Amino acid sequence: MERATGTDRVKRGLAEMLKGGVIMDVVTPEQATIAENAGAVAVMALERVPADIRRDGGVARMSDPAMIEGIKAAVTIPVMAKARIGHFVEAQVLEALGVDYVDESEVLTPADEAHHVDKWVFTVPFVCGATNLGEALRRISEGAALIRSKGEAGTGNIVEAVRHLRAILGDIRRITQADSAEVYGWAKQLQAPVGLVQEIHDTGRLQVPLFCAGGIATPADAALVMQLGAEAVFVGSGIFKSSDPATRAKAIVEATAHFTDPHIVAKVSRGLGEAMRGEEIDKLDVKLAERGW
Amino acid sequence: MGAKVGVVALQGAVGLHVEVLRDLGADPVEVRTPEQLSGIDALVLPGGESTTMSKLLDSSGLRAPVAALLADGAPVLGTCAGMILLATEVLDGRADQQSFGAIDLTVRRNAFGRQVDSFETDVVIDGLAGGPFHAVFIRAPYVETVGPSVEVLATVDDHPVLCRQGPVLAAAFHPELSGDLRLHELFMKGV
Repeated sequence: MERATGTDRVKRGLAEMLKGGVIMDVVTPEQATIAENAGAVAVMALERVPADIRRDGGVARMSDPAMIEGIKAAVTIPVMAKARIGHFVEAQVLEALGVDYVDESEVLTPADEAHHVDKWVFTVPFVCGATNLGEALRRISEGAALIRSKGEAGTGNIVEAVRHLRAILGDIRRITQADSAEVYGWAKQLQAPVGLVQEIHDTGRLQVPLFCAGGIATPADAALVMQLGAEAVFVGSGIFKSSDPATRAKAIVEATAHFTDPHIVAKVSRGLGEAMRGEEIDKLDVKLAERGW
Repeated sequence: MGAKVGVVALQGAVGLHVEVLRDLGADPVEVRTPEQLSGIDALVLPGGESTTMSKLLDSSGLRAPVAALLADGAPVLGTCAGMILLATEVLDGRADQQSFGAIDLTVRRNAFGRQVDSFETDVVIDGLAGGPFHAVFIRAPYVETVGPSVEVLATVDDHPVLCRQGPVLAAAFHPELSGDLRLHELFMKGV
C-alpha cells in the first residue's frame, strides 16, 4: 500500500500526541536525560535557554548539529529544535538531522524581517509562536502544524502568556458568535485568511493544537495556563534556572497532567526549592514576543 | 446512556477518543485518578508518550487499579503508546518503563522511525467490513513477536500493527485520527 509522509494529518497528529504534556528546553544531552527522567513528552534543543540569551545578548541561532545529535541519542522521546524566523536553511538542516518538530522561534534572532518560512514544503512539522489570533492564523496559513502562545520567554513571568492565551481563545469565542458578514470583518481585523476565520466560526476551535510557552516557572503556572485552555506547555528557563531542576520538572509534569485538581497541584508544589528569579515585563530591554508578524 | 468507557487521560490524544466514543453512543469518562475508574465497563489507553504515561500511572496511583481491571477481563483498546503499555515486552523503551502485560506481544517502540518517517496508509483489517482502513502512524511502534493466543488483524510490511487477545485490542496506529469509526465500533462490540 502507498504511504504518505509529511501530510497535515501526520504533522498535526504528533501535536495531538503531545497534549497534556510538558516540553522542556534543554541545552545538553545531560539536561535532556533529566527532562526525560522527569516525564517530559519532548525536549526542545537549543544553544542557550532564553534567560541566558536575554542576559548575554548577541545573535541567537540554531544549535550546533553535534549537540542536537547528542540530545537525540540521549533520549527516546521526540526532539524539537529551534530555527530563526524566516531562516529556511536552518529549518532544512534541522529536517536533515531528523528532528521531530522545528520551532520557528522568536527566541532566536530573526533572519527575515518580512517573511516566515514556507512550512508547507517541509516533511518535518513546524510549531510557531503567536501573541494573538491573527498571528496564529497567519502561521497556520504558512503551514504551521502547532501554535504556541508566545508569552515572554526567559522572564519566569506568566503575565504575558496569560495575555496571549486570553487574546487567542477570547477571539475564538467571539468569532463563534459572529454573523456571516462579521466573519469578513474579523478576517480584515485579524489580517488573516477569511477561510480560516470561517472554519473557526464553524468549529469553535483553532485548526491545530494550541500550546503555551513563555514564562512558566511553577507547577501552578502550568495548571493556570492549562485551565485557561492551553493543551500542553513548553517550559524553558523555568526548569534549568531553578535550584532543583529534576524535582521541579517532575512537579510541573504532574501539575500539567492533573491541572484541574488543586490538591495534586498543592502536593507537588511543596519543597521545590527556589524558582527562577524572574523579571518584571516593563523592566525588559528586549521583548522577544514582538518578533514575528 | 451507553457503556461507561474510561479514557486514561494522564497525557496524550485523549479528546479525540472521547469524541469518537461519544459519537458511537458510549459514555466516555476521562480517568486521571483511581476514583474515576468506579463503574467503568471498558478502558481506552490513548496515544501519547508511553514513558510519560508510565511515570504518571505510578504517581497518580492508577497502575494497580488499572492492572486489576485488566486482570478481571475488562475490554480495553490501546493505540500506539497504549499498545506499548498493554504489551508483555517492550524493545527500545526506557529501562524504567513498565507495561501491563495484558496482551502477549513484543513491541518495538518508534519502530517505523522518527516523525519525518510518520505516515498514513490504507491497511486491510481482517474481518472488518467496508474496505481498507485509513491508518495514521505517528513515530509508531510495531509488533516483533506475538504469543500463541494472539490474533493478528492487520500488518504493514509483514509487521503486525493490529492485534487482539480476548478482550484486549491493540493498534500501532491512531484510529482516532482517521475520522473512521469502524475500529472503535469493533472494540465497542466487545463491551
